[in-house]
Amino acid sequence: MINIKFNGAEYAAEPGMTILEAARANNVDIPTLCWLKHINEIGACRICVVELAGPGSLIASCVYKLTKFDEGKNFLTHSPLVLDSRKKTLQLLLSEHNRKCLSCVRSNNCELQTLCKELGVDDETLYKGSNGLGVDIDDSALHMYRDNSKCINCRRCVAACDKQAVGVIGANYRGIKTDINCAFDMDLSSTACVSCGQCINVCPTGALSEKDNTDAVWAALADDDKVVVVQTAPAVRASLGEAFGYAMGTPVEGKMASALRALGFNYVFDTNFGADLTIMEESNELIERVTNNGVLPMITSCSPGWIRYCEAYHPDMLPNLSSCKSPQQMQGAMIKTYWAEKMNIDPKKIVSVSVMPCTAKKFELSRENQSGQGTEQDIDISITTRELSRMIEKAGILFNKLPDGDFDSPLGAGTGAAVIFGATGGVMEAALRTAVWKLTGEDVNSPVEFKEVRGVEGVKTATYKAGDLEVNVAVASGLSNAKELLEKVKSGEMNLHFIEIMACPGGCVNGGGQIIVPSKIRNFTDIRAERAKALYSLDVSRGSLRKSHESPDIKKAYSEYLEKPGSHKAHKILHTKYSATNLSK
Amino acid sequence: MSCIQTKSLRNTVFYKKQERVALRNCGYIDPEKIEQYIGVDGYQALGMVLTDGSFTPEKVIEIVKASGLRGRGGGGFSTGMKWHLARTIIPDADQKYVCCNADEGDPGAFMDRSVLEGDPHALIEAMTIAGYAIGANQGYIYLRAEYPLAVKRLEIAIGQAKEYGLLGKNIFESGFDFDLEIRLGAGAFVCGEETALMVSIEGNRGEPNPRPPFPAEKGLFGKPTILNNVETYANIPRIILKGSDWFTTMGTEKSKGTKVFALGGKINNTGLVEIPMGMTLREVVYDVGGGIPNGKKFKAAQTGGPSGGCISDKNIDIEIDYDNLISIGSMMGSGGLIVMDEDNCMVDMAKFFLEFTVEESCGKCTPCRIGTKRLFEMLEKITSGKGEMEDLDEIEQLCRYIKKNSLCGLGQTAPNPVLSMMSNFREEWVSHIKDKKCAAKVCVDLLEYKILADKCVGCSLCKKACPVDAISGEIKQKHVIDQSKCIKCGVCVNTCKKFGAIIKE
Repeated sequence: MINIKFNGAEYAAEPGMTILEAARANNVDIPTLCWLKHINEIGACRICVVELAGPGSLIASCVYKLTKFDEGKNFLTHSPLVLDSRKKTLQLLLSEHNRKCLSCVRSNNCELQTLCKELGVDDETLYKGSNGLGVDIDDSALHMYRDNSKCINCRRCVAACDKQAVGVIGANYRGIKTDINCAFDMDLSSTACVSCGQCINVCPTGALSEKDNTDAVWAALADDDKVVVVQTAPAVRASLGEAFGYAMGTPVEGKMASALRALGFNYVFDTNFGADLTIMEESNELIERVTNNGVLPMITSCSPGWIRYCEAYHPDMLPNLSSCKSPQQMQGAMIKTYWAEKMNIDPKKIVSVSVMPCTAKKFELSRENQSGQGTEQDIDISITTRELSRMIEKAGILFNKLPDGDFDSPLGAGTGAAVIFGATGGVMEAALRTAVWKLTGEDVNSPVEFKEVRGVEGVKTATYKAGDLEVNVAVASGLSNAKELLEKVKSGEMNLHFIEIMACPGGCVNGGGQIIVPSKIRNFTDIRAERAKALYSLDVSRGSLRKSHESPDIKKAYSEYLEKPGSHKAHKILHTKYSATNLSK
Repeated sequence: MSCIQTKSLRNTVFYKKQERVALRNCGYIDPEKIEQYIGVDGYQALGMVLTDGSFTPEKVIEIVKASGLRGRGGGGFSTGMKWHLARTIIPDADQKYVCCNADEGDPGAFMDRSVLEGDPHALIEAMTIAGYAIGANQGYIYLRAEYPLAVKRLEIAIGQAKEYGLLGKNIFESGFDFDLEIRLGAGAFVCGEETALMVSIEGNRGEPNPRPPFPAEKGLFGKPTILNNVETYANIPRIILKGSDWFTTMGTEKSKGTKVFALGGKINNTGLVEIPMGMTLREVVYDVGGGIPNGKKFKAAQTGGPSGGCISDKNIDIEIDYDNLISIGSMMGSGGLIVMDEDNCMVDMAKFFLEFTVEESCGKCTPCRIGTKRLFEMLEKITSGKGEMEDLDEIEQLCRYIKKNSLCGLGQTAPNPVLSMMSNFREEWVSHIKDKKCAAKVCVDLLEYKILADKCVGCSLCKKACPVDAISGEIKQKHVIDQSKCIKCGVCVNTCKKFGAIIKE
C-alpha cells in the first residue's frame, strides 16, 4: 500500500491504481470526457487533471498509475488551478462545438453539457471558434450518422471500434483540423463497418447517433389504412426502464407492452416468439450437421453485426454460419405470412415495426434473401430502445404509472429460453435446452440451466454430454473476442461443435441501440452483468415454460403452418444465405 | 621580397572560438567511405568497449555519466542517467531497444543533418555502444524523409558496417550482437517527441502518450528503450576514447562539452557552429557569427525554436548553457539560434513560431489542439490593429493554461515564444494595441503608405504601378494615396526610389 493524500486527507492506495480510481475509492469523483476504463485510456481531453501540491503541476489522473514513488504526495482534486483548468478546457471545447443543444438528441444526457453545468461554465462564448460550422454530416450508413460539428475528439468511438476488431474510424489530419472519420474521408457506408453501434454508446455528445426512424412509425400509426404491428427484442425490456429512472437491471416487460399499446400499435408482439422459433430451427440444424457430417462448428446467426463482420472479415467461415434468420427476421416473416393468413389481412397493409437493442437491425431488415413471403420486406421499420423511449416521452405517456400489460397472441408468447437471448450465452443455453432434450430422446427431465455459458467473460467454453454425444461449445461476445476464438478454430487449436457469437460485448443487453449510460456510471458499473440479471430473472419467472419446444404457440405454429423444423416451408420462410463482402477495412 | 600574409582558416575568429567534437569529422572525411572514418579513429571506441574486458556495460554507463553529457535534443536530461535507468529499471527484460531521434524539425535547424550526412558512422558506432551498455540488440534510427542525402549515406554506412562486421552478429568476436534499422518519418514535428516517435516506429499515427510510463521502463513495442538525438550520440565515441575528464574540461559546471547551433536570421555568418558551453551570446553573435548585417542593432535571439524563448539585448552577455537559458525563460533546444534585429516585430515573431506549433499540433489533447489555435487568433487580433489591453492578460492566462495542461512537450512549450516575447518586449505589444503602430513596420494592417508632398514630382510612375488604382494625381501634380483602397503591397515605394517620396509608417 502507498500512503497518499487527497486534498490533505490521508488515504492508502493500492500500487497500480490510477489517481482517479484511488480518488473514487475515497468518494471523490473526478470528471472525465475521454476516459473509458479498459477501452480508451489515452489522457487526451485533460478534464481529469489534478494538482500535485507543492510543484503545482497538473496530472491527468485517469492514466497516472500510483507507485511507491508517490508515497506522501498530496493531490488536489478541486484546487482553484484544477477548477480553472477544467473550465478553460470546456470553454475551448465549446469554441469548436455546435451548440445547438436545445434540439440535440443528447440534450439532458450529454456529458459535455453536464460538465459545463457542474463546472460552472458561465461564459460559453469566451473563445470564438468555428463552432463546428462547415462540417459535413456523414449519414451514408443505414444505421447511424456522424455529425462532427458536435465531436470533441475524445476518441472513445475510435477505441470502441478498435475494441470490436473493426477499426474503420480514426483521426484524420492534425491540429485544429483533426477529424474523426473513416480513412481518406470515405463514407462510413463504403467501409466494412459492421453497424454494431458501440461507437454511439460511448459518444459523450450528440456527434454519433442512430438514424432516427420514429417519424415513419408516427406516420404509420396515424394511417388508418395500415395495420401497425410491433415486436420487442428480449434485451429491450432490460434497458428501457433506465430512460424512466429505474435502476439498471430492472425488467420492465409489462410496462413496455402497455406503453406500446398506449402509443397506438394495433398488435403488440414479442420477438421472444421469433427467438423460440430460432431455437427450433437452429437446434434442428445443429443436430442435422452433427449427425450428417455437416460443416462444423456451426455458428449462430442472430446478431446482424456479427454476420456483417463474418462476411467482411472472415468470409471463409460463412459455411459455418447457421442458415437461420435472426429472431427479428423470423418474427417478421411469420407476421406477414402465417399471421396475415390467419387474420386474413393483406400483408401489404401491415406495417411491421421492431424495437431492438441494436443498430445493425436497421441494416438487417433490408438485406437480400430475407423476405419470407417473397417480395415485401418482412420488417418495415426497426427502431432502437432509445427511439422507443423518445416516442414514449413525446407522447407524454407516464411510463412509470402504467400497469403491466400483456402481448398479443399467438406471436406474443415467449419462453424463458427466448428471453435470455439478450445476454451473452443465452442463445447457446436456449439451444442446449432443446438440443439436449432432443438428443436424450425427448426426456422431459432434461436439464434447463447451463450456467457454464453464462457471464460476461469474452470467451466461454463448455462440454456437455447429450445421450452418446459430447458437444463442445463456445460462446464469444464482442468482436475482438470472436476474432480470437475464430483464429483458434481455424488453427485447429479448438475443436468445437457449436459456437454462439454476439457482436456486442455482453450480448444484446449492451447493444448499440440501448439506453446510453454516461461514462461516470459506465466506468464503475458492469452494464452487461446488471442488465443480464433482469433477463435471467424473467427466465425464472416463466416457471414451467423455459424451453422453446414447450411453447404452446410454437407447437401450434408448426402444426398449423410450418410442419416441422427444417421443413421445406420452414426453410423458405425462416432461413437465409450469406455472401462475402469486399468493403474497405 | 615581400610575402603575402594569409591567416590560416583555423585562426579566423569564426573557427578559433569553435570547438568541434560532434562535428569533428564533418567535411574532413568522405562519409561514404568507412575506411576514412576508421582512419580518424572511428570504431576504436566500440572496439575498446567490446574487446577490453574491463569495459563492462556498467563502466560504459559510468563514463557517460561522469562526462556530464546531457541530451542535445532540447531537454538536457543526463544521458548517462537515461542509460542507467534503461539498463536497471527492468533487469530481466527479454528485449530492449536503442533509438535515435533524427527527426530534426525546428525551423532553420540542421545540426543533426550535418552529422548524418557528414559522419554517419559516428552515429552507428555510438548506438552500438549504447546497445552494449543497456543490453539491447536492436536499434532504430527515426529519420525524417525530407533528408534524402542523409538517408542514402546512412544506408551506405550501415551496409559497410555490416560488411566489416561492425554491425550484426558477434561484433569484434565479442559475442555481442547489434543491428540497426532506419525508419523514415513522414514529416510531423510531433514525432520528435519521444513517445510519439516510438508510436510512429510501431506503424501508428504519430501521437504522444502520457508519461509515466517512461521509455526506460515501457518504450518501443512496450520494451525498455533509450532515445537520444543524433548530436548526443555523436559525442559518445569521443567521450569513450578520450575519457570523461577530457570532456568535462569543456563547458560550465552543469553543462559539459559543446553545443552545435544553427545560426540564422539577421547575422553575417549563417550556418552551423559548434561552441563550448558557457560562451556568451555576445561572442556567438558578434565574433563567431560576425555580427548583424547592414549595421543594424541586435534586438533578440531565439533559441529552442518554436518551443524556446527569446533572449533580449539585456541578456546578451549570458553564458549559454542549459540552466542559464531556462533561468531567463528560454531553453537550449536542439540548437536553432535565430538572430533578430530592429526590423523584426516581436508580436509578429511570436505569431510566426506559434503558427508553426498550431500547424504541427497532433490534435490529440484539447489544450494544444484548440488552445494554440485560439491563442494564435488573439495574436492576429493584435497585429491587425484590433487588440485591446485586456487581451494581454487573456493571452498570458491562456499561455499558462496550455503549458500546464497539455499532454506532451509540444503543447507544454508552444506558448514559450509568446510569453518570452511579451515579457521582454511588452512596450512593443502595448504600442500595437494602444497606438496601433508596429515600430518595426512589419504588421501590414498597422502600416500606412504616404506620398510626401514636398518630394513628389508628379511623374505618375507610382500611379501606373498601383495594382488597385489607389493613387490619384495629374502629371506634374502632387499624387495622393487613397488609404481605403490601398492594399499595402509596397509596389509604389519601389517605383519611387529615385525621388524617395513614398514612405511607409
